[in-house]
Amino acid sequence: MLPPIFGVLFDGFAYGMLLFLLSVGQSVTLGMMNFINLAHCSFAMLGGYVTVALMTRYGWPFFATLPCAFVVAAVVSVGFERTLYRRLYRASDLDQVLLTIGIVFISVAVAAYIFGTEQKPLPLPEYLRSSLTFMGIRFAVYRLILAAIALVITFVLVLSLEYTRFGARVRAAVDNERMARGLGIDVDRTFAVTFALGSGLAGLGGALAIEIIGLDPSFALTYLVYVLIVVSVGGLGSIAGSFAAAVILGISDVAGKYYVPAAGAFLIYLVMIVLLMWRPRGLFGRR
Amino acid sequence: MTAPALSTRSLAKRFGSLVVAEDIAIELPAGARHALIGPNGAGKTTLINLMTGMLQPDAGRIFLGDDDITVLPPDDRVRRGLVRTYQINSLFPHLTALESATLVVCERRRVAENWWRQLPAYSEEIDEAYDILSALTLAAVCHRVTRELPYGQQRLLEIALALATRPKVLLLDEPAAGVPRDESKDLFAAIEGLSRDISVLFIEHDMDLVFRFASRVIVMVGGRVLVEGTPAEIAADPRVRAVYLGKARGGALQQALSGSSP
Amino acid sequence: MALTQSMAAPRLYFQSRTRWRPVEAAFWLATLLPFALFPNYLVLASQIAITALFALSLDLILGYAGIVSLGHAAFFGVGAYTAGLLSKYGWGEPLSGLFLAAIAAGLVGYATSFVICRFRHLALIMLTMGFGLMLEELANSLGWLTGGVDGLQGIATWKLLGRFEFDLYGYVAYSYALAVLFVLFVFARRLIHSPFGLSLRGIRENYQRMPAIGAPSHAHIRTIYTISAAMAGIAGALLAQTTETLSLDSLGFERSAELLVILVLGGAGRLYGGLVGAVIYMIARDQFSGIEPQYWYFWIGVLLVAVVMFLPNGILGGLTKLAARWSQP
Repeated sequence: MLPPIFGVLFDGFAYGMLLFLLSVGQSVTLGMMNFINLAHCSFAMLGGYVTVALMTRYGWPFFATLPCAFVVAAVVSVGFERTLYRRLYRASDLDQVLLTIGIVFISVAVAAYIFGTEQKPLPLPEYLRSSLTFMGIRFAVYRLILAAIALVITFVLVLSLEYTRFGARVRAAVDNERMARGLGIDVDRTFAVTFALGSGLAGLGGALAIEIIGLDPSFALTYLVYVLIVVSVGGLGSIAGSFAAAVILGISDVAGKYYVPAAGAFLIYLVMIVLLMWRPRGLFGRR
Repeated sequence: MTAPALSTRSLAKRFGSLVVAEDIAIELPAGARHALIGPNGAGKTTLINLMTGMLQPDAGRIFLGDDDITVLPPDDRVRRGLVRTYQINSLFPHLTALESATLVVCERRRVAENWWRQLPAYSEEIDEAYDILSALTLAAVCHRVTRELPYGQQRLLEIALALATRPKVLLLDEPAAGVPRDESKDLFAAIEGLSRDISVLFIEHDMDLVFRFASRVIVMVGGRVLVEGTPAEIAADPRVRAVYLGKARGGALQQALSGSSP
Repeated sequence: MALTQSMAAPRLYFQSRTRWRPVEAAFWLATLLPFALFPNYLVLASQIAITALFALSLDLILGYAGIVSLGHAAFFGVGAYTAGLLSKYGWGEPLSGLFLAAIAAGLVGYATSFVICRFRHLALIMLTMGFGLMLEELANSLGWLTGGVDGLQGIATWKLLGRFEFDLYGYVAYSYALAVLFVLFVFARRLIHSPFGLSLRGIRENYQRMPAIGAPSHAHIRTIYTISAAMAGIAGALLAQTTETLSLDSLGFERSAELLVILVLGGAGRLYGGLVGAVIYMIARDQFSGIEPQYWYFWIGVLLVAVVMFLPNGILGGLTKLAARWSQP
């Protein structure tokens, strides 16, 4: 029989995988163009609501909605990028913060208007709500599948970053944007595609998150803080950094709530502050 | 024998396997006018960054006069008189020229901590700032906001701000870079007018400037000092020819190397 | 060129900048209007004055030193709870309460400034947000002290200067808040036009250049951050004293974000921007108090996008540009 800590570790890891999906796009785009996009979680929220709508109004099966969540979030993000974001790539931090906070507020209001303010339960099939017991620890099937999906995606991301031409362009642009332009790489285009992919992944994360953390219009703001923590602690532009930071944060959060519930989120913020002071560019960020 | 105004000993810096500085030994005597030339990527700006403290060296020491300043932070070095200008203007876009110069003077005179007395009361600082701007022909535009000034005048302001710190050693990073021909006259006059109390080391690609103002030329290639000498010696040196002629497509240096120096 | 003339001119330039303008005098005279014209709205007026002071404190670090803070409400909350707790436990004297609140908030600001001064960009924003959130969590956990979600009960403010009882109509409250705002505004105005103020603008304009001119930018940032925190603390104390209620949302993230909106709406870096923004925002919020919160935030969102895309220097910036265009033939 395994002690309960393994259950906590597993749940924390699964939560971390979710945070990773939500954050990895933000990390890469921030590392590439230094564009602070606080509306990133609005795209995640969008993906979540797409899944909810497709399942409850059109009766789609859960797994079929996931690609849709990805695509819709990606496409909508492209719309925003073309119209608004691209004018502010050279703007000040403040302007970027304000614009994207504005978009968050708008998205929260729109979501509340269309879907109401209550949390939406998902009509998941029975087998997804069940759990496997192994050596005395209960492993929720949903979390197992979530972790598996996230790991597969991580694998695909890392491979494509290393072995595809597009991946090489992304790495070059993150490393040294000016030099990459000088070498003839179309950084704007690379960024646009990366941005769409990142937002799509956030949408997918949002869809997968419903069962674990619930979905209501305040999602866009609440989880923004966690995403920003993962991104700044992990290091801008680093997939490995996001992965590590997400896992650390996920496990710390779950373990904290399990062992020291009174401390609340205080510990998380303290850990973030200490880590940022030690490594202002993040654990894996450029020096 | 008095120590040179600025000197380095065995200065070295590398980024991973990329060597940007190796065994650099420079001596800048008081009142000197030395030029630092070399192809792009030779490590000239890196050397300035090492000297000013923006980069920490992996090895070697830097001396300002008799003092070892190797571990001092950048603002300390400035206060001791080691000042640089930037190849790409680094100014205060929304401050007027006068405000920018006054700011530098106030910081130098350590009055910037005062938050009760109003600026007009600091007539000495304002007058000094105005004088510096006048000496660089910027008096007429001193009330214009920096970002509205033409590029040549911004370049002059760049030097004015450096002069406002009362430097002992001035490092000019390509002062003429980007300045159109018709605006460079004032700039050249400004450099010529620099007081002999200041020791100057400037990076330049413009060979007119080098031959006009430098009494000594240092050639850097690949992070190392290739050769040092008077402009005439450098112009005649076959190694320098090889380094430049292999890459250049004509231009002032080639002219100079072929013997038509001023 | 007469020597005396050319030497006097630069000084005159700075003098003209520091002189009080007629439009400023008009503004401050206008703040007295509510007493005569809107006597039923004095409570709202005092809220506006408090928010204006809070926004002014943010302007000092954001508009003048370029520090984007998403956690400024922490200092407001520290000040508010200091004054509130003092009152609850027996000391309700308003002016000394303000003073102690300023010290408490200033100390917290001073302590955090050592971290803040070393960072820019995203790390800085995250740190300010992190400190704010941490304080919020702390206040939440210390429910026995702060009253938690129910808020702090039992605040009773004594008579102002020993003579003026705080009345229901807000007459004394508004006089009090307005007087404090004016005094601190004059202080801030002097600071901006001092050499220190010029240094702050240098930090905002070009942070990298400051060490290269020998400026101790970290020390400057620590100073202004502490002053700003103390000022925000005074604003918080004013709120606790005049409304005699206090809850956790006075130091929440929403409060910090909202303050940013108010300052940017009016225009940062213009000293009056926070005041103008506070007037417009609070009046609008009062007028639209009936609508649900998320629809209010919808319009705030639209406003933010519009301001960033079309009015980057806020309302005052837009007005300045208009005035400049009109004054040119």
